[in-house]
Amino acid sequence: MSEDRQTSIRIVNGRRLTAQGEAAGTESLLIENGRIAAVGEAADRRHADQQLDAQDCRVAPGFIDLCCYLREPGNSQKGNIASETLAAARGGFATVCASPESSPVNDSTAVTHLIRDTATARGAVRVLPIGAATRALEGELLSDMAGLSAAGCVAFSNGSAVFRNARILRRCMAYAQTFGYTLMLQPRNQALSADGFAHDGQVAARLGLLGIPEVAETAAVMEMLLLAEEAGVRLHLSQLSTARSVDMVADAQQRGVAVTADVAMHHLVLTENALSGFDSRFHVLPPLRTEADRQRLLAGVRDGVIGSIVSQHQPQDPAAKRAPLGETGPGLSSVESVLSLGLTLVERDELTLPQLIGALTQGPAAVLDRPVAGLNEGDEADICIFDPRAHWVASAETLMSMGKHAPVTGSPLPGVIRYTLSGGRLAWPVG
Amino acid sequence: MTALLDTDQLLNELEAGLREQLTSRAVTSPALIGIRTGGVWLADAMNKRLGLEQPFGELDISFYRDDFSRIGLNPRVCPSHLPFETEDRDIILIDDVIMSGRTIRAAMNEIFDYGRPASIILCTLIDLGARELPIQPDVVGRTLSLQSHQRVKLQGPAPLKLELRETGQ
Amino acid sequence: MTAIATSDTALQLTRDGQLKHFLTLDGLQRPLLTDILDTADSFIEVGERTIKKVPLLRGRTVVNLFFESSTRTRSTFELAAKRLSADVLNLDINTSATSKGESLSDTLLNLEAMASDMFVVRHSQSGAPHFIAQSVTPGVAIVNAGDGRHAHPTQAMLDMLTIRQHKGSFEGLKVAIVGDVLHSRVARSQIAALNTLGVAEVRVIAPGTLLPRDVESLGCKVQYDMRAGLKDLDVVIMLRLQRERMQGALLPSEREFYRLYGLNTEKLALARPDCIVMHPGPINRGVEIESAVADGPQSVILNQVTNGIAVRMAVMSMAMSGQVAERTRGQAEGEQA
Repeated sequence: MSEDRQTSIRIVNGRRLTAQGEAAGTESLLIENGRIAAVGEAADRRHADQQLDAQDCRVAPGFIDLCCYLREPGNSQKGNIASETLAAARGGFATVCASPESSPVNDSTAVTHLIRDTATARGAVRVLPIGAATRALEGELLSDMAGLSAAGCVAFSNGSAVFRNARILRRCMAYAQTFGYTLMLQPRNQALSADGFAHDGQVAARLGLLGIPEVAETAAVMEMLLLAEEAGVRLHLSQLSTARSVDMVADAQQRGVAVTADVAMHHLVLTENALSGFDSRFHVLPPLRTEADRQRLLAGVRDGVIGSIVSQHQPQDPAAKRAPLGETGPGLSSVESVLSLGLTLVERDELTLPQLIGALTQGPAAVLDRPVAGLNEGDEADICIFDPRAHWVASAETLMSMGKHAPVTGSPLPGVIRYTLSGGRLAWPVG
Repeated sequence: MTALLDTDQLLNELEAGLREQLTSRAVTSPALIGIRTGGVWLADAMNKRLGLEQPFGELDISFYRDDFSRIGLNPRVCPSHLPFETEDRDIILIDDVIMSGRTIRAAMNEIFDYGRPASIILCTLIDLGARELPIQPDVVGRTLSLQSHQRVKLQGPAPLKLELRETGQ
Repeated sequence: MTAIATSDTALQLTRDGQLKHFLTLDGLQRPLLTDILDTADSFIEVGERTIKKVPLLRGRTVVNLFFESSTRTRSTFELAAKRLSADVLNLDINTSATSKGESLSDTLLNLEAMASDMFVVRHSQSGAPHFIAQSVTPGVAIVNAGDGRHAHPTQAMLDMLTIRQHKGSFEGLKVAIVGDVLHSRVARSQIAALNTLGVAEVRVIAPGTLLPRDVESLGCKVQYDMRAGLKDLDVVIMLRLQRERMQGALLPSEREFYRLYGLNTEKLALARPDCIVMHPGPINRGVEIESAVADGPQSVILNQVTNGIAVRMAVMSMAMSGQVAERTRGQAEGEQA
């Protein structure tokens, strides 16, 4: 995103919606030079190069995704920064954190610079690289965290890979704590999850799938919480999937441990039953679990224990999903469906609209130490404008992502993103 | 509308015709085989009337039909049951109705899979004509020529009743 | 939830409820299972003839697609197909060799070029036959010959046929499955079949390490103590124990397993006197079963082998029949349109 003067944009006829609630009436917003320059009548009076009509729409802060796989560098058959940030913009995201699991792994400043330069040149939205916590994500040697941070990494993660042992994890936490870096870790005990790819429960029992027991996550959560408490590091637990994990995080937060957590939208919507027809789309890690887990995860979002909802967008090429379940690549192409799935939860009274928006904006902003996303004068112009009553259908033709394995395809989804602005520029629609 | 043909008289004619065939061919120890389901009832009746000592055989031709490619497998297939060797035997094959001749072809193919018979006498209660294969019964109770809306059906097993039905146009 | 997964039933059955693929017993209703057993009965009779062959699948091509080698199972499928007069092609595809270059999807494309009518599939991955059924051209029937830990439906149905031959019906029966249920596709299919056919009770008897989590949800009771589990039993099914289970701390030793969960004459005496003993084979004598029991009067293990051919003939002809019905209807609808 270059520094030359931006087109000024006025948004009219929309109702503002933030984590704090929904505005009663419509107000205009004027965007100049990447920021909200005026609100209400003041915005109406001033000149704007371009006007966006938000009739019937909500105007929300642009969403922030803490876990998004852009597949660049390295896996161009699955996706690239241009295609996947456009998909994110279509999903209402103004900011995505790029997973370090690229090829090569983002464990060097060269890769971090490559991601940032490519994002500047071809990205639709702001890309914040997450650095690898260990070299090559092998879980053995620490990465150059300070160098990576200086190059632009906003936090450190080990992706879906695990630490070789608790001693290395403990040292990684102590090192990150030294510089105040946030560790974003997916809790998984490798020995307990082994080759599993499905929740170790009723569906796995019936279909004979290799299971990942609940305790493969909870044992790791407990270990990470205890180590983080001792180290005093800022720990963010990524993609919780079990009820027990939420309880443990709630306990830790109560005793003052600096821990935050996120959940992938699909874990709030789906359960292990999604796998009952061996549907490879729903091979995700951590696995989809039980209805009781889903309920507790939802409650976790409602009561704020889980501050963020992520897409965990993992585009795959068709061949990676076209195989017997156990041989397929994990992940959903989900970044375009997050809001729609969230709105189905709102329709079912499982979340309120402000809770949903808060977990997509305020929660992740806090994890990244970014300013609280509001829609007030002077705020960064990251904006998502969507029509909650309009519908769209995800299909191979309509999806922007190179991954066509969206969680719901072929049937109408509520919620259409009309416009996404990232840093004051129109990221969606294109052209 | 249902009309009843005189079944007893037809059975008498069938028995007489069979006895004549057996005499003229000098068959002394025939084995009866009925095709499911009507043919089995008739085989039972003829077995008694001819005073044959050994039990008769039951044939289910489902596995031998020539229309699998069009209609698939008969869902109510039952095992065939031939309680005797067919090799070198004189067989009387009985069915209630002959029309195209395809059932009889299938039945003969199946019988040959049990062993090569010395001879087969074909006996049907009703011959409706309309043959599609060069197969003719040796003994027939009655030859009928039906209108397109008429159907015959043998009801059984006891008593045996031959019904001529007028179907809706 | 929001996403609707393709149900097994929709994949396996035509709209009239006829079988068109045979992938799993999950979701199949009792009348259909009974039809399979009845049809198999008719094929048993065929097997007793001089010429053990019927012309049902004449001119059709059945491909035995074995990604996991099993000469025994493949042979019974081959014999079943040949007795239906089909042409049979045996393909043993060593997965480690194919994984180098060709994906399963590519393999299938090549096979379809041969204009096959049926794939009999064995694969080490649970759900592989489902995947193939969803990927192949319409009109090709898929029969599952064992996939991963998921299902082995023809084996389970031949076991059901064996039970029906000896017990007359399933009503009131108490059946136990003993041994490595965790890794057993046979056990999963048996439990499904027994429940659908309406037995009184299914028990699984094994140590905790050899039972899947939530195994009760499959429709069975767990019994750790074999002696208690054998009480009042009408049928005992012994599972094969793979030697590699000693690795990975699932079992301490074959000796201890045999002592606790092996079937011998003395333990069998705790079951009903007319209790039959079954085993899907091949038997590890002295590991899961004593020779005196395997060869004894209550053993019906050899009947199982005979029934295997008849059940496979039944399933193959029924699945092919369903494909025929579907195609006929497709043509009829095409003409109407």
